[in-house]
Amino acid sequence: MDRLKRQLTPYLLVLPGGLWLLLFFAIPMIAMLSLSLQQGDVVNGYRFTFHWQNYTEAIEAYNTQLIRSLIYGAIATIILIILAFPVAYYIAFYGGKRKPTYLFLLLLPFFVSFVLRTISWRQILTDEGPVLGPLKDLGLLSDSYHILGTAPAVIGGLVYNFLPFMVLPIYVALERIDPRVVEAARDLYASPLTSFRKVIFPLALPGVFAGVLMSFVPVSSDYVNSEVLGSSSTTMIGQVIQAQYLVNSDYPTASALSFILMAVLLVGIFAYARALGTEDVMKVAAR
Amino acid sequence: MSQAVLDRSPDTKTHAAKPKRRFTGKSLLFTYTWLVIIWLVVPIFVMIAFSFNDTKGRYNQEWSGFTFKWYGKIFEIEDLTKALWTSLAIAVISSIISGALGTGIGYALGRYRFRGSGTLNIIMFATISSPELIMGASLLSLFVSLALGLGAVTITIAHVMFSISFVATIVRARVVTLDRSIEEAAADLGATGWTTFWKVTFPIILPAVFSGVLLAFALSIDDFVVTNFTAGSTTTFPLWIWGSTRVGLPPQVNVMGTLIFAAGVLIAVVTNIRSRQGKRD
Repeated sequence: MDRLKRQLTPYLLVLPGGLWLLLFFAIPMIAMLSLSLQQGDVVNGYRFTFHWQNYTEAIEAYNTQLIRSLIYGAIATIILIILAFPVAYYIAFYGGKRKPTYLFLLLLPFFVSFVLRTISWRQILTDEGPVLGPLKDLGLLSDSYHILGTAPAVIGGLVYNFLPFMVLPIYVALERIDPRVVEAARDLYASPLTSFRKVIFPLALPGVFAGVLMSFVPVSSDYVNSEVLGSSSTTMIGQVIQAQYLVNSDYPTASALSFILMAVLLVGIFAYARALGTEDVMKVAAR
Repeated sequence: MSQAVLDRSPDTKTHAAKPKRRFTGKSLLFTYTWLVIIWLVVPIFVMIAFSFNDTKGRYNQEWSGFTFKWYGKIFEIEDLTKALWTSLAIAVISSIISGALGTGIGYALGRYRFRGSGTLNIIMFATISSPELIMGASLLSLFVSLALGLGAVTITIAHVMFSISFVATIVRARVVTLDRSIEEAAADLGATGWTTFWKVTFPIILPAVFSGVLLAFALSIDDFVVTNFTAGSTTTFPLWIWGSTRVGLPPQVNVMGTLIFAAGVLIAVVTNIRSRQGKRD
């Protein structure tokens, strides 16, 4: 009896939370898949008919926005790696006692609502605002110059909002490196650059990969930045999905688009993991 | 003391080997890191500054002098105040529920081996790494299919859903490092499993539960994307801001944003100091 009770304990502990995740995470995905294959409209209701045309029509109508989102996502992710790596490196190797303080400073933006932060950037970058205004007055920029509404503004906003998601995983990976390993490389006459390239960077790669996963996915499905900082020429797929769901109530198209986006992201993640994985294996084999 | 010596020794050695190069590289990185931090903080300063802006109209675009008056008129816009309270209520309820459910999962995963724990891990990873857009869209799909009315209840359901895994991860990390011999001692002294849990184990993991609940609260009060899909006609603080971006934001939004920021930073600093004191004791 006692043994049975002990065996049951973990299941009882997991049950309420697990059920919640099943009901409101797993099942909604199935509901979305089902909805994406239905036909009908809000007034007359929907029927499940294996209507695959929802997918072909959605791709046909919105492939520009989908591809644009993936390109923005890729550009932002590359910029994020370049921006975040030195910061993570400095904190991990030279942070010393101040490491927690630095990490806290990096997380400060999260104490302000995501929407509010992005709107704040719009206030800063507006045509006659604190940045562009003085430059225009000095004649360094033409009066018609603007940043808002352009792709760089949207990508800049995305990079800003997701930087901590790249710094933290790289930092965690660098933190784990035993300083003696780096010293050993130096003792064996590796130049600082070589020891970085052959020792530090490979050891940091899992962190970079985690950072890519944690930033590319939310960045390419974001719709706040392109809505606030962009224009109709920077529309991303998230905005389309949002509008189809909440404005047009075209649920089948919207859920088909969501599924396409999810599938593309998953394929991207697995492809990258495979590429990275085999590369690691090759390096080990070469040694 | 000995730890500090150990920490310092490799650094001084490399300094001795190549003092000049190391120094310039380090100070370059130092400057760079601080520039990035300043860049991260600039929009927050803009938000705070404009909460003190003596703007003449209802909207807050250009700097026109310093004032405290908006802090006195913080609750003057009725819809905005209502939205803020809605946000706070949802954050309190959803962080308590996800705290309880997440602690159950985290404790079970950290303590027991059981069938299905692998699947549970995958689902937790999926909820943490899935795009919010997809989670919001799929929840809306479910609610639409069930013809369920949207509102504060559906928002709370959604917030609990995406918070559970974060709480569970934090609690599990603490449970894994737990010293089992303390519990064994309690059992040797005749305590039942139930008593041991509440009198010994729970107090030890309580700080982890508490930081999990705080994180859930922060995630909930800040959430826009999932909320936007599950809100229907209910308005939360971020949704209200979103709704008025086109027309311009009143200074009250900056005041509330500043107060939420200050409260968040204060709580984070206090819990951090307390947990450090706890470690020293």
